[in-house]
Amino acid sequence: MNIVDLMPFSVLVPLIASAVVAMLPGRTLPWALTFLATLISAVIAALVLPAATDVTLSYPFGNWPPPIGIEYRVDAANAFVALLVSGMATLALLWAPISVNREVPKRQGPFYALFLLALSGLLGITLTGDAFNVFVFLEISSLATYALVAYGSDRRALLAAFRYLIMGTIGATFLLIGIAFLYMMTGTLNMADMAERLPEVRDTRSVRAALAFIIVGLGLKLALLPLHLWLPNAYAYAPNFVTIFLAGTATKVALYVMLRFIFTVFAPDYSFVVLPLATVLMVLAVAGMFAGSWVAMFQVHLKRMLAYSSVAQVGYMVLGVSLVTAAGLTAAFLHLFNHALIKTALFMAIGTVMYQTGSAKIDDLRGLGRQMPWTMTAFALAGLSIIGVPTTAGFISKWYLILAAVESGAWWLVGLIVLTSMMAVVYVWRVIEAAWMTERPANLPMVREAPLGLLVPTWILVALNFYFGLDTRLTVGAASAAAEVMLGSGVSGVNP
Amino acid sequence: MSTVLSFFNYWVVVALMMIGFYCVIARGNMIKKIMGLNLFQTSVFILFVTSGKVTGGSTPILREGVELYSNPLPHVIVLTAIVVGVAITAVGLALAVRIQEAYGTIEDDHLGDDDDDERLALEARQRR
Repeated sequence: MNIVDLMPFSVLVPLIASAVVAMLPGRTLPWALTFLATLISAVIAALVLPAATDVTLSYPFGNWPPPIGIEYRVDAANAFVALLVSGMATLALLWAPISVNREVPKRQGPFYALFLLALSGLLGITLTGDAFNVFVFLEISSLATYALVAYGSDRRALLAAFRYLIMGTIGATFLLIGIAFLYMMTGTLNMADMAERLPEVRDTRSVRAALAFIIVGLGLKLALLPLHLWLPNAYAYAPNFVTIFLAGTATKVALYVMLRFIFTVFAPDYSFVVLPLATVLMVLAVAGMFAGSWVAMFQVHLKRMLAYSSVAQVGYMVLGVSLVTAAGLTAAFLHLFNHALIKTALFMAIGTVMYQTGSAKIDDLRGLGRQMPWTMTAFALAGLSIIGVPTTAGFISKWYLILAAVESGAWWLVGLIVLTSMMAVVYVWRVIEAAWMTERPANLPMVREAPLGLLVPTWILVALNFYFGLDTRLTVGAASAAAEVMLGSGVSGVNP
Repeated sequence: MSTVLSFFNYWVVVALMMIGFYCVIARGNMIKKIMGLNLFQTSVFILFVTSGKVTGGSTPILREGVELYSNPLPHVIVLTAIVVGVAITAVGLALAVRIQEAYGTIEDDHLGDDDDDERLALEARQRR
C-alpha cells in the first residue's frame, strides 16, 4: 500500500475507533482499543515523516482533484507535528490506566472515546490542506477537550471547562470569520490554492482583516499571553491524564496552524509587512515569558504552576517565530517538540504525586523526596530540562533560540531568555526544596512509592528528555526541514 | 444611501456580531453567555451565506432557462458550521446544568473564587 494512501488513516483510525470505544464496557477493553488505535496512528505518522521530508504528499478525498475536493497535504512541517501529537498521545496513554481508574471509576468507554475524538481532531487540523476543514477539526478536538476537562474530580473543573468553552468558541469563531473573508476574496478554501490567488487581492481591507482575525482566533487557542486565561484552570482541574495529553499537544497544534496561515497561506513577505506582526508577536512572547514564569513562582497548586510555566514556554516558541528567520523558526519547531517532552514528563511526575497523596499543593509535598524518591527524582530531572541545563532537551531548544536571536542581532533577547530561565530555576527549586530539604510533618500521611505503571512511563519521558538532549539529529533535522518548508513558500508575489 | 442598502446584510452581521460578543463578555449568567455566543456565531453564518449571493443569480437548482446561479458552496459550509454551533450549545448547556447542581447558581461573577481544597474535600466527605 502506498504511503500517501495510508496517510489519512492516521486521523480516521482514532475517529472510527472512538465510536466503538464509547460502547465498550468495563475498564480494560476501552483502554486497550484506545491504545491500539493511537499506536496505529503514531506508526502511520512515523512512516509518513521520512516520505514527507522530501516531497509534499497530497491525498485527495474521494478522488476529487484538490481545489474542488478536500485534500490532506503533508510536508515536513505537519508530518513533524503529527508525529509529535500521536507519539505524545501514545506515551500519555501508557501512563493513563491506573490514574484514570481512580479519577473516572465508572463508564470509561465514553471518556476514552472523547480522548480519541480530541486526538483525531488535533491530527486532522495538522494534516488537512483545507481551511474550513481546519475549523471543523478544531471544533471536534475542542468540544471533546471541554468535556474531558469537565471530568475533573472537583467542581472547579466544571467552571474551568465552561470558561474554556466560552473562550475557545470565541477563538474558533474568529478563525471562521477570517476564513469567511478569505473565501469571499479568493473563492477557494484550499490553502495552497488560496495562497496562489491571494496576491491579486492582497491590497484589500478584507484580506488584512482576515489575517488579523485568524491571528487573534488562533492566539486564543495557543494561549498567547493576554489570551491565556482559560489555560491555568483548565490544566489544573482536569483529570491528570487529560492535563498530560493537552500539555503535550493542544497548544502545539494551535501554534502549527498559526504558522501555516502566517507563512504558507499569507506568505511572510505579506503578513509581516501589512501588520506589525513581528513586533506584536515579540512583545507578547516576551511578556508571556515573564508573566508566566513570574506567576508560576508564587503558585501553591503545582499543576497551576506548571500551567503558568506553559504560558511562558509558549512565549519562547512565539519568540522564535517573531524573528522571521530560518533559525528562529527552527528554534520554534524545536521547542514545540522539546517542550511537549518536558511538560509531559513534569505533569506525569506531579500526577503520580497526586495519585499517591491526593494533593498537588506544595505544602503537602514536604519531605516527599525520601518517601517517593523515584517520582521526585523524575520531577527534578525533568525540571532541569525546563530550566535548560546542558544535556537536556530544554537546553537544545534554548540554545537554538539564543543562536537565532544573536543571528538577528537581538542581543538583548539573549539576556531575557537567560533571565526567564533563572525564574524557571526558582519555581523548580521550590518543589525540590519542599521535597528534600524539609522533614515530613507529622500531620501529613506517610506515603509509599507509586506503582510501576505510573513510574515507568514517567521515566520513559525523562529518558527521552535526555536522549533528545544528546542526540539532536532527528529533532534538529526535522525542525529545520519544517522551518524551510514554512519559509520556502514565498507565493504572495510581493517583492520584499 | 445606496451604500447602506447594498451592504445591508453586512450591517446586520456587524450589529448582531457586536450584540452577541457584548453579551458573552458582559453578562454573568451562563445561559445568557451561551445565547450571546449563539448570536455571535449566527452572525458569521450570515456573513458566509451573504458571500454566496451572485447578483441576478437564482437559487442553485439546475433547471431550464436559468443561466446564472448563486454559489451554493457557502450554504453547505454553513450547514456544517451550524452543526458545530449546535454541538457547542449542547455541551455549554450541559456544563451549565452540572454547574447549577454543583454550585447552586449559574451566575458567573465570583463563582468558585472562594473554593479551596480543604473545604471541597470536607464537603465531599460529608456527602459520602
